[in-house]
Amino acid sequence: MKKILLTFLLCAAGFGAAAAPDPALVRQLAAEDNSDKITAIQQLAQTADPEATRILQAMADDSLFLAGDKVFIFDGETARDALSGETAEMPDDAESVTVNNRLRGELANALAALKLFDPDSAVRLAAARELQSNVGAEMAEILGRAKAQESDAQIKALLSLAHAQATLQDADPAVRLAAVRALAETASPAVKSLLLPLTDKATEADDGVRNAAIIALKEIERRLAWGETLAAIFSGLSLGSILLLAALGLAITYGVMGIINMAHGELLMVGAYTAYVMQSLFRNYLPEWIDWYLPAAIPVAFFTAAAVGVLMERTVIRWLYGRTLETLLATWGLSLVLIQAARVIFGAQNVEVSNPSWMSGGVELLPNLILPWNRVIIIGFALFVLFLVWVLMNRTRLGMFVRAVTQNRPMAGCVGVLTARIDTMAFALGAGIAGLGGVALSQISNVGPDMGQGYIVDSFMVVVVGGVGQLAGAVWAALGLGIFSKLLEGWAGAVIAKIAILVAIIIFIQKRPQGIFALKGRFADQ
Amino acid sequence: MSATSSVLSLPASGRVPLTLRVFAALDRKAWIALGIFLALALIVVPVLNLAVPPESAFHVSAYAITLIGKIMCYALVAVAMDLIWGYGGILSLGHGLFFALGGYAFGMYLMRQIGRDGSYQSDLPDFMVFLDWKELPWFWLGSDSFGWAAFLVLAVPAVVAFVFGYFAFRSRIKGVYFSIITQALTYAAMLLFFRNETGFGGNNGFTDFKRVLDVPITAPETRLVLFALTAIALAATLVFSAWLVRSKFGRVLTAIRDAESRVMFIGYNPLWYKLTIWVISAVLCGIAGALYVPQVGIINPSEMSPANSIEIAIWVAVGGRGTLIGPVIGAFTVNLAKSWFTVSFPEYWLFFLGLLFIVVTLLLPQGLVGLWKKLISKKQGAQA
Amino acid sequence: MNAQAALIDQPDGGDSATQLGHVVTGELDLSHGVALYLEDITVSFDGFKALNNLTLAINAGELRCIIGPNGAGKTTMMDVITGKTRPDSGKAFFGQTIDLTRLTEPEIAHVGIGRKFQKPTIFEQHTAFENLELAMKTDKRVWKSLMAWLTGDDRDRIADTLKLIRLDGEADRPAGLLSHGQKQWLEIGMLLMQEPKLLLLDEPVAGMTDDETMRTAELFVSLAGKHSLVVVEHDMAFVEKLGGLVTVLHEGSVLAEGDLATVQNDQRVIEVYLGR
Repeated sequence: MKKILLTFLLCAAGFGAAAAPDPALVRQLAAEDNSDKITAIQQLAQTADPEATRILQAMADDSLFLAGDKVFIFDGETARDALSGETAEMPDDAESVTVNNRLRGELANALAALKLFDPDSAVRLAAARELQSNVGAEMAEILGRAKAQESDAQIKALLSLAHAQATLQDADPAVRLAAVRALAETASPAVKSLLLPLTDKATEADDGVRNAAIIALKEIERRLAWGETLAAIFSGLSLGSILLLAALGLAITYGVMGIINMAHGELLMVGAYTAYVMQSLFRNYLPEWIDWYLPAAIPVAFFTAAAVGVLMERTVIRWLYGRTLETLLATWGLSLVLIQAARVIFGAQNVEVSNPSWMSGGVELLPNLILPWNRVIIIGFALFVLFLVWVLMNRTRLGMFVRAVTQNRPMAGCVGVLTARIDTMAFALGAGIAGLGGVALSQISNVGPDMGQGYIVDSFMVVVVGGVGQLAGAVWAALGLGIFSKLLEGWAGAVIAKIAILVAIIIFIQKRPQGIFALKGRFADQ
Repeated sequence: MSATSSVLSLPASGRVPLTLRVFAALDRKAWIALGIFLALALIVVPVLNLAVPPESAFHVSAYAITLIGKIMCYALVAVAMDLIWGYGGILSLGHGLFFALGGYAFGMYLMRQIGRDGSYQSDLPDFMVFLDWKELPWFWLGSDSFGWAAFLVLAVPAVVAFVFGYFAFRSRIKGVYFSIITQALTYAAMLLFFRNETGFGGNNGFTDFKRVLDVPITAPETRLVLFALTAIALAATLVFSAWLVRSKFGRVLTAIRDAESRVMFIGYNPLWYKLTIWVISAVLCGIAGALYVPQVGIINPSEMSPANSIEIAIWVAVGGRGTLIGPVIGAFTVNLAKSWFTVSFPEYWLFFLGLLFIVVTLLLPQGLVGLWKKLISKKQGAQA
Repeated sequence: MNAQAALIDQPDGGDSATQLGHVVTGELDLSHGVALYLEDITVSFDGFKALNNLTLAINAGELRCIIGPNGAGKTTMMDVITGKTRPDSGKAFFGQTIDLTRLTEPEIAHVGIGRKFQKPTIFEQHTAFENLELAMKTDKRVWKSLMAWLTGDDRDRIADTLKLIRLDGEADRPAGLLSHGQKQWLEIGMLLMQEPKLLLLDEPVAGMTDDETMRTAELFVSLAGKHSLVVVEHDMAFVEKLGGLVTVLHEGSVLAEGDLATVQNDQRVIEVYLGR
């Protein structure tokens, strides 16, 4: 949306142009030497001229061509003279002006700098945001000018930061000091590395500036530390919500039937592949609705996974009632078959599932804390599923029966609960929830035949820590394990974190063999 | 399981020497079978390998010897698994860990035996040079000594099993809880060994062995000696296990499997019984791992993957648990099938293995041995 | 479950027999004539008080019957005595010196308390002979079990017990194949092999024929004196045959105590059983 507006504005600016930029500078854009090109770009940027914007944009788009000493803009259909903007015949031997990565950076900054003088404040704001990193000393002057004439407070603040960055290397210690003081207000990792040279006697001679830089660094680090902890907690919540989606189903089936379904992870995989299939279907038949494939995949994944679950329960698990250890082995066999089936159907490679456009991007809370929309939405989705399960378990007859069978199977049977039917329903429900978890997982991790394998142990740990048949326990355990392991990962690495969690759980079981929320009573341990 | 019947041939009371009791643990038929097995492994196979020309139909190839040797190691693991699962009722999904620990312990020695013949011509193993380590980490001390390596092969799995088992059994973790936690254990260990900094070669593990006890490791004679040692270890394990399960200890163990609380209320502490069989089982796995590594020539962290450990259970289940010959039969059946499948129909192996898990648990709870017994009794029933 | 209390008390979870003399508060001392003494025992499950300030004393050599409606706390009381459940508060002493709340199940079995479960719990895969062999009073540590070999005396003792419980013809049959009544007898036989000082019997005659019930009663009466017996039973004919004192439990505490005729005429007991 923003992009469209921008291009529109650019075009408008381009055609209503009056003053033409210096032809020599434009010619220099196509020079052999990259440093010459950069000088030209920087000087054009100083002009604050809409024409210059048009030419630099063309250069960034690789549509600037050179033939002899004339420069053309060729957009694939029509060629225009770069200086006049009028349609012109471009010779066949015209060569494209090459732009490498360094030039692209310069172009981006130059274009942004030019946009600082745009009449539309939205454009200026976007440009100011873009100029928050990699600002060189050559930008100091134009930023200073833009700052001086800016009226919008928000843009002005951003510009001061950019200006401070540009003047950090200024020859005048007073200017540097002002820049350092301005930057002390920020909290971005990039600024940190900019300030670092100023804390060293070898690179910064002035004591006042150096001390200010040291103080500023400390300030920034303190703010960054907050961001990092919050980021770890957020990714912990995100991991926890995935664990919760994976473990909810397992908790239900383990609670009701006392069996661990080793193919539970593969039900996640089924859900994820369902999302993939829905995406392909939408791409082929409803391309204009492609963003809606994900909501459509949710019910489909639930019922597909539930169907696979019912099939598993009816054909295998039911016949192993009471033989819990054998059930482990049989369901492991099921998982192998499912994995291999996925390999045969979809190939051994990971398939590509992309986020719908409304899930990409994120919200920036702190300079080093960006919450990606897909993770935020998944946390919300997990809470939504949790709510549904809670309603199902506590407000419906099925839920009541499920809870009854969990607590005392023989007694539930005696009072007329059809336990075999409840087993199937509970299993279908658990499998369906795993399918939903798979859809969520498809948005943040690779979708491949083996994707479910790692989840069985983790989700079982959630069930163990949370206590069997305890919804609240599963929630606390999933979120707690998620956050705990992400925080641990932050300072010990992923492997050590994993091992530490395992050890912690073994110690935990020593103290609370029944989980956080223990069922007590005479039948509790039978 | 019925113990008294085999005992009846001995004096019914009084002090009976231990050797005699061990002897009584197997019946005549079993001793004869064991004798034939050892004769085949120690005499017939070497002769067919060395003395019979490769063109002959009777020639046993080096490939076959390595394959059978490898499977005998697996069979040993399967017997160890049966002790804990078939007799103790405790399903471990982490026995691959003990196997790998034994393998790594002996692999350290084999790495040191390479000496300066590695790619970097250094005294340090190649992977350490690659990591730019200047000296051996402390836990590699003494790894150039065969005796110390042999000690580690027994001690490391024993200590790991003891510590883990003590805490797990003490808090009365059992059933699927225990199984999953053992799976988590081997998974965590695998991640640990995957790290280069752990000091065991990371992803690649140990390989490119040159010598064992200063003898070239790939020489045909070395291979045959390793093969024979594996056969002897397997036979000894079978005799030892037979004695174990027919002792009163074995009866207490099966009693714990069937009614643990009853066992406690008649005064046995299940903790120590479970822990004993758990540690014995782990040590046997370690021995198997140590015999496996020089024959196969590689050990890496994938041996600790959960999938590997759970496959051990299916060997036991296929053969028939709670019998000692069953796991051996199972290990051979499944692994021979695996080497055939992975060559002929690689894409169907996982389907086959998966279905094997399902079919055996659903239809053959007593395994092949159980099926055989059923057929025999049917036949006798028909004749009578 | 309050199992951690026990685990903390004995961090090594020690092998019972080795440490009996040290960890346990003392040897069994019946000198004051009291075999079992429970005082103010309270056990609650999620707020529900299964036992509520239960106080009970059993004399050495006494045969005591415990009756009470379902949920009165009879099984929970046995769980407390045998170490399966830890009380929230209260004391449980065996003799003068042995604090039962500090011991594990195997340790309690070792000091001389045997228990028969409501549902017969025997080793179904083992033969009747092996069931008795496993229960037999002996050193029950791992190493001793590895090296154990039955002596002639042991065999005679097992044979005697088999005869007593009328299973001498079934010695080599897997116990799982026995009839329900035979299983009950086998479990009683296992209890006898343990040579306990105190026997706890939870509904020992359930599923027995009248004839078997009466024989069981005779056996128990003959055991009293040498042993203390606590019998939980619903079968009033059986209780009557046993004689001795009867304790009525209700809602986790003692409602009435006396001989059978007295408690049967107690107004409160009648109310509890018939409902208000």
